[in-house]
Amino acid sequence: MQLVLEKRSERSGTIALVSPLIAIGLTIVTMVILFAILGKNPLLALHAYFIAPLTDGYSLQEIAVKATPLVMIAIGLSLCYLANAWNIGAEGQFLIGAVAGSWIAVKTQGTDAGAWVLPAMLVLAAAAGALYALIPAICKVKFGASEILTSLMLVYVADLFLDYLVRGPWRDPHGFNFPITAEFDPVATVPLLIEGGRLHLGSIIALLVVAAAAILLGRTIKGFEIRVVGAAPRAARFGGFNANQLIILTFAVSGALAGLAGIIEVAGPVGHLQPGISPGYGFTAIIVAFLGRLNPLGILIAGLFLALTFIGGEQAQIAMKIPLDVTKVFQGILLFYVLACDSLILYRFKLVFPNRKVVARGAG
Amino acid sequence: MRKSLLALAAGLLLAGSVSAASAADKLKVGFVYLGPIGDLGWTYQHDLGRQALVKELGDKIETTYLENVPEGPDSERAIEQLVRAGNKLIFTTSFGYMDPTLKVAKKYPNVHFEHATGYKRNPNMSTYSAKWYQGRYIQGLIAAKMSKSGVLGYIGSFPIPEVVSGINATILAAQTINPNIKVKIIWANTWFDPGKEADAAKALIDQGADVIMQHTDSPAAMQIASERGKLAFGQDSEMIQFGPKAQLTSIINSWGPYYIERVKAELAGTWKSEDTWGGLDSRMFAMAPYTNMPDDVKKMAEDAQAAITAGKLHPFKCPIVGQDGKPVECKGGGHLDDGQILSMNFYVKGIDDKLPGK
Repeated sequence: MQLVLEKRSERSGTIALVSPLIAIGLTIVTMVILFAILGKNPLLALHAYFIAPLTDGYSLQEIAVKATPLVMIAIGLSLCYLANAWNIGAEGQFLIGAVAGSWIAVKTQGTDAGAWVLPAMLVLAAAAGALYALIPAICKVKFGASEILTSLMLVYVADLFLDYLVRGPWRDPHGFNFPITAEFDPVATVPLLIEGGRLHLGSIIALLVVAAAAILLGRTIKGFEIRVVGAAPRAARFGGFNANQLIILTFAVSGALAGLAGIIEVAGPVGHLQPGISPGYGFTAIIVAFLGRLNPLGILIAGLFLALTFIGGEQAQIAMKIPLDVTKVFQGILLFYVLACDSLILYRFKLVFPNRKVVARGAG
Repeated sequence: MRKSLLALAAGLLLAGSVSAASAADKLKVGFVYLGPIGDLGWTYQHDLGRQALVKELGDKIETTYLENVPEGPDSERAIEQLVRAGNKLIFTTSFGYMDPTLKVAKKYPNVHFEHATGYKRNPNMSTYSAKWYQGRYIQGLIAAKMSKSGVLGYIGSFPIPEVVSGINATILAAQTINPNIKVKIIWANTWFDPGKEADAAKALIDQGADVIMQHTDSPAAMQIASERGKLAFGQDSEMIQFGPKAQLTSIINSWGPYYIERVKAELAGTWKSEDTWGGLDSRMFAMAPYTNMPDDVKKMAEDAQAAITAGKLHPFKCPIVGQDGKPVECKGGGHLDDGQILSMNFYVKGIDDKLPGK
């Protein structure tokens, strides 16, 4: 008797829906075993991870703050991935957006510039992110260069460019040489939604982005085009859809969203430009995009869920002295199960009973 | 029988509530760490300090730490999480936590904060740091004696005053032995990244440096120096196990006594916002045994250490000449004053390099 993976004749819609749930279930089972081995009460640990952060307003705000950049970037990436364009460099587009927007903030610092500053920062950041994403897209379309490689490499360029700026021309003159710009003026700061909290306008923008993406994909020809080009490139060609044009478009949109997320993060929770503004949001967003099944609503949920594991991980560290590494193991296991369960959409398990007679004859 | 059972149950309940009460009465002390506690450098030493604190006052306090907290918006949340978990005294142990600590401190005036190596304070936020430049001065003396090539390799983290004053102290000391001493500086732009630190050490050795010193937190550079048969100084922690034939000495941070003192003040209700800058005399750091050097060099190092500890020798004694050839104003009466050292943003003459951003 053998267990084999057999290709399904068509995608299983049911599995596509329940696969993330199976993955989360398996993750929880694995974590319970892990907690037990570590000598921690699994129920209390799971409570610290998943329930405690949902029970007070402060943690809920923090989850939203953490999820905001992840969701915005992941929405953009999902459009790329649906159209079979592999943008791996959202991290770089995030940083370039942050830099471009900060340029206005730094240049208007200490002047009596008015309320136009923040909107201008947002627009410029989105434009810069889009332009930066167009580099790999154009290289792909014109020269056939792998966009996976070029977009990834441009992350490091962006990182070093930001580094240069905050160490050199934009350094806060009163910052004792530390590589940060001065704190942005209030007009260059994303407004808070709750007095004394950390929830900011960016979270609302992220929700609008989710809604816009849902409408684009579900209700417009363009959205249909994106999905067809990705799922059935040949059919799309017969249908007269231009795949190259879509690569350019989806890269630009996803770059713009990453850039916007970048400036919102810098002008929001951070308050100034510095290296290390992103703990890898551009890469984590790839996980969020797939965890959310490249579906806008799914991405929103996945982003919030991943943010929950960050916040919960901290609370578990505080409340139960569970090491940070366990949180990372936890996130890794989750991704592993998601990918594993996804294979069930296209494949199914089948028990195969080898025909003994044939085997015997073959051996003889 | 039933009565005694009831009594037993009541007794258990009472005992339960008493122990719960004492747990609640314990002072909660929180720590925020930049690296993992296993970095064997900066964070490791802070955690040793925390452990010393637990050993001394464990029956009166409960400690919690968050490790690997990046110096961005995440750190503000980490600090606030500790506040919300009931910690009344919180140590934030990296320069980059300065603004986040201040933000949270202003929001929670009843909680006390201690920020390491920064310069911003608040009525409920102290700062603490050590005069590592004193140790660097001793290292500069040893390095100049031990270097055959006359080229020292220096791995910097960020060009902030703490690091710049360390480089200057090193070179000023080395110049008293060898006026033509050269120093090559590489900025790793990180506090903790063993891969980058190792690369920097390799590059420095390839440029002719035969004594490696570092202002980053991992033992990677020590390991490279050891592999290549060069000499090196440890940083933050005892690193002799990574270079038994390479380590000359190491600046070993020792935060335990300070943490114990501050927590005792908190327990006694006498805590107030202060700025502590401990030198060799305060034992906030110590020099590891002087190894892999001849006896006369060892003696010289020990004499210098004794002189600095006794206040007879100041690493920044005037005249100090900047890179531009102009003498630096002497505000401390015979030496630079603390303010000048804490905001040091220039190289002294003899450093053939440009301070980043200058």
